[in-house]
Amino acid sequence: MNIPDDLLYTESHEWIKREGDKIRVGITDHAQSELTDVVYVELPKMDRQANAKEAIAVIESVKAASDIYAPVQGTIVDVNKALEADPGLINREPYGQGWIFVLKIDNADDLKQLKDAEGYKKQIA
Amino acid sequence: MVPFAGWLMPVQYTSIVEEHQAVRNNVGIFDISHMGQLIAEGSGARAWLNTMLTNNTDKLEVGTGQYTFLLNERGGIIDDLIVYRIGERKFLLVVNASRTDEDFAWLDQYRPKDVDLKNRSADFGGVAIQGPRIAELFHALFGDDVDLPPRNHIVDLPFDGTEVSVARTGYTGEDGIEVFFRANDATKFWNAALEKGKPFGIKPCGLGARDTLRLEMCYPLNGSDLSPKRNPIGAGLGFFVDLTKRNFIGRDALLKTKENGAPEKLVAFRMKEKGPPPRPHYAVFQNGERIGEATSGTLSPSLNYGIGMAYIDAAHVKIGAQIDIEIRGKKFPAIIEKKPLYKK
Repeated sequence: MNIPDDLLYTESHEWIKREGDKIRVGITDHAQSELTDVVYVELPKMDRQANAKEAIAVIESVKAASDIYAPVQGTIVDVNKALEADPGLINREPYGQGWIFVLKIDNADDLKQLKDAEGYKKQIA
Repeated sequence: MVPFAGWLMPVQYTSIVEEHQAVRNNVGIFDISHMGQLIAEGSGARAWLNTMLTNNTDKLEVGTGQYTFLLNERGGIIDDLIVYRIGERKFLLVVNASRTDEDFAWLDQYRPKDVDLKNRSADFGGVAIQGPRIAELFHALFGDDVDLPPRNHIVDLPFDGTEVSVARTGYTGEDGIEVFFRANDATKFWNAALEKGKPFGIKPCGLGARDTLRLEMCYPLNGSDLSPKRNPIGAGLGFFVDLTKRNFIGRDALLKTKENGAPEKLVAFRMKEKGPPPRPHYAVFQNGERIGEATSGTLSPSLNYGIGMAYIDAAHVKIGAQIDIEIRGKKFPAIIEKKPLYKK
């Protein structure tokens, strides 16, 4: 299972890539392999505020609908429109073209509560 | 793995879509060991079962089976099952895992002295092997000179030093068989089928593909589309109820429903546009008025559209009519379709 060392992770299987005062968020390789066959993504609304652990997007696989959570508090500044036409990007490139949204974070210290690759590896072991 | 009626079962082995396509295009194998097996035997078995089940057991020759319902006095569905006549006076009932104990208790309380009833579920395992390449695989497993049993027939066949029962039945809409064997032989048979099935592209399939396949065919799932609050008339399954029989449990209630019409009916629908797939319990609307609730829903891998079944007010049941499915507070248009949703 691919768990890149340079990313942060949540218990709910989102990955987080720091980009200055923003974070890019998607779901992990483990999560996409459990869900399989992503068929629809409901993206968060642009410019919306989100609290940490608030459900702000939905991924639908053939199996079920799953909520995607904001890892920390902030504002949505970008969403991956490509997923509307090709939701399978999440299965094929979970850490690349399958990203879901970019969040401008309110407080950089909040990121300290997230897991590193080692911690996430332990969680799914 | 997910808990399912007391069993740990895989939702998927690899991918629901891949497993689904294997069954539609080649062949797939499902572990159905969770299903219950009840055996009723005795001089009065046939006449008694005819008072307990909706279909007509008088029409069953030895070695054949029929789809049927077990109802309560109000006509509500306790279970849907296949009853096979496996001897002159011996019947096998293959029932849903989650209802096995309830079915047994219900039947047992009405059992006359000249019928012996046993719950053999723990003694048997089973697989369903389904798909257009079933005949080739059947001959690879059982020999070229052995005939596939005809549709809805069941035969005992020798297999690698043991004996298995093979029925030409299934829950996918594809040609296929269901094989029952002693629990001890389960691993042996499963592995043999996977090995012999390799040249035909066999894939092991989980509960996820089982659900998408059956839903494309509009086969009902007990606990979702069927329940003690629903009867076979409202579910559109009156074909499996013989109201000309003088007496069976639930008959009076069904006659009334037939006379007055079911207040709600189970319809099949297809989403009009690509979008989120429907799911069980989503509300159904028409022109802003709530008219029912979905009981099953998924993305159809064959059609690549969201599909489902829903109970809606009988007055609104019209093939081709537009309805709206409410998904997370938003309404998405759908069309009431003829069953089955998937046709070859």
